Amino acid sequence: MTAPELLAELFPGGHAVRGEGGLLLGPARTGAGEVAVVGTHGGLEVGVEAALALAAELLRIVREHPGRPIVVLVDSRGQRMSRRDELLGLNGYLGHLAACVELARRRGHPLVAIVYGDAVSGGFLPLGFMADAIHAVEGANPWVMSPTAMSRVTKVPLERLRELADASPLLAPGLEPFVRLGAIEPAWTPPLAAALEAALARPPRPDRRAEEGLARGGRRLAAVVAARVAGGAPAAREPSGSGR
Amino acid sequence: MTALPPPVPVARSSYRESNARRRLAGLLDPGSLEDLLGPAERVTSPHLEPFGIPAAFDDGVVVAAGRLDGRAVLAASQEGGFMGGAVGEVHGAKLLGLLRRAERERPAAVLLLVDSGGVRLQEANAGLVAISEVMRGVLAARAAGVPVIALVGGGWGCFGGMGIVARCCDAIVMSEEGRLGLSGPDVIEATCGVEELDASDRGLVWRTYGGKHRYLLGEADRIVEDDVAAFRVAALELLDAPRPLTLEALAREHAHLAARLEAFGASADALDLWRAAGAAEPERLPMLDAATFRGAVEAARRGDR
Repeated sequence: MTAPELLAELFPGGHAVRGEGGLLLGPARTGAGEVAVVGTHGGLEVGVEAALALAAELLRIVREHPGRPIVVLVDSRGQRMSRRDELLGLNGYLGHLAACVELARRRGHPLVAIVYGDAVSGGFLPLGFMADAIHAVEGANPWVMSPTAMSRVTKVPLERLRELADASPLLAPGLEPFVRLGAIEPAWTPPLAAALEAALARPPRPDRRAEEGLARGGRRLAAVVAARVAGGAPAAREPSGSGR
Repeated sequence: MTALPPPVPVARSSYRESNARRRLAGLLDPGSLEDLLGPAERVTSPHLEPFGIPAAFDDGVVVAAGRLDGRAVLAASQEGGFMGGAVGEVHGAKLLGLLRRAERERPAAVLLLVDSGGVRLQEANAGLVAISEVMRGVLAARAAGVPVIALVGGGWGCFGGMGIVARCCDAIVMSEEGRLGLSGPDVIEATCGVEELDASDRGLVWRTYGGKHRYLLGEADRIVEDDVAAFRVAALELLDAPRPLTLEALAREHAHLAARLEAFGASADALDLWRAAGAAEPERLPMLDAATFRGAVEAARRGDR
């Protein structure tokens, strides 16, 4: 699904989202009121400039529109890989972006992410993957590394890797395995505007992806191991929101 | 001309050469390390067997409670010797559990002794999700008032998603030998070609990712010698210097990152960048020990602490 198609379906009431430089930024109208859109399109590989622009927009929203819901639209093939980005400390720019998302959360901005294209590593972690709820629409394609590159690095023949991926949601690219891991919700069915309104109406909750992964059978260990290390009564875990 | 006497050897324990447990034991008050899910529990990864890789009883990370100068802390130490400290389902869940424990127990700090290439490819999707959960966990612990401090000085450095995790923390301590980044040199070379970055050029790799460069940029808050005791001193100094997760603090950080891009965005190499930052004789910087280096770059260094 292209960004203009997605925006039209999500916001039949209109929007003023701009799409320069691979970014999607701007306000939009929903049945539940104004929202702020922050995202990427065209599979943008996120480098230092894009990370800084996304962080700037989040800080602006926090400053100028307290509490306004933020809709994160994800289509990114990962971080930009270059010597210059590494020299400048791209990991630091992405860490800052993630902290800005956290700030918005702590100050009461609902955060709904929608994966509508590629969602990969450094392009997914600091923004879309930081949302309270991570949804998907048709065309969502989360992955970590191409099978050929994975085969080269792990020294496992491609054919064997494909067999393993067929048997495990840990290795197969695509939405379905990530749903089973508890990381992303199953794809919305149209009308998307109604699905978005329902998502915005749900109260934010602490990160329960590990527990979802257990319930869906894709990650049998994460929630159990985390609970053993965390100690205490797992059910007593509430949002920590000192700044909420 | 009289020859100088050889320098008196100082009892020093190399951080880089130590394994995960020795680093952690040396960092904490003696005898205070208490495993939270120790190797005796044998919680291993079931996802390595199809690859013919033997599992480790701690899945490559020690998570523990302990004391730092008498104060209660929680800590994790990644074992680079097992799969390059890479994060899989169990490894990541141990980190997440530690951070959730911190939210509940409110220790004086969480120490993350990072030695990791990032996501474990044999568990790719679960590793990526786990890194995301750890990022959320670090920021949640900080929001709950618990400082999280990353220590980077192991042989695998701090790369991939762990590079982002480290910069979600309050502070980073690095040794000169430590390396910090997102896409490591091998990944850049494999993806973009050797003309973009020659991963076998050690000087170039060091200048681009190493502790001195990160300290000069303000990415690392402290640079120390490759010595477990030096890491301990730096961690102690940072215990009471949290970076608040407020609009004001993030706006300051934003201005700092914007100024870096403005000032150094056109630098082709770290040497150009150091020169542009005002460091005198940048080609000499690689030769200096940590203390001399700190003095030499004091005026040129960016960052507010």
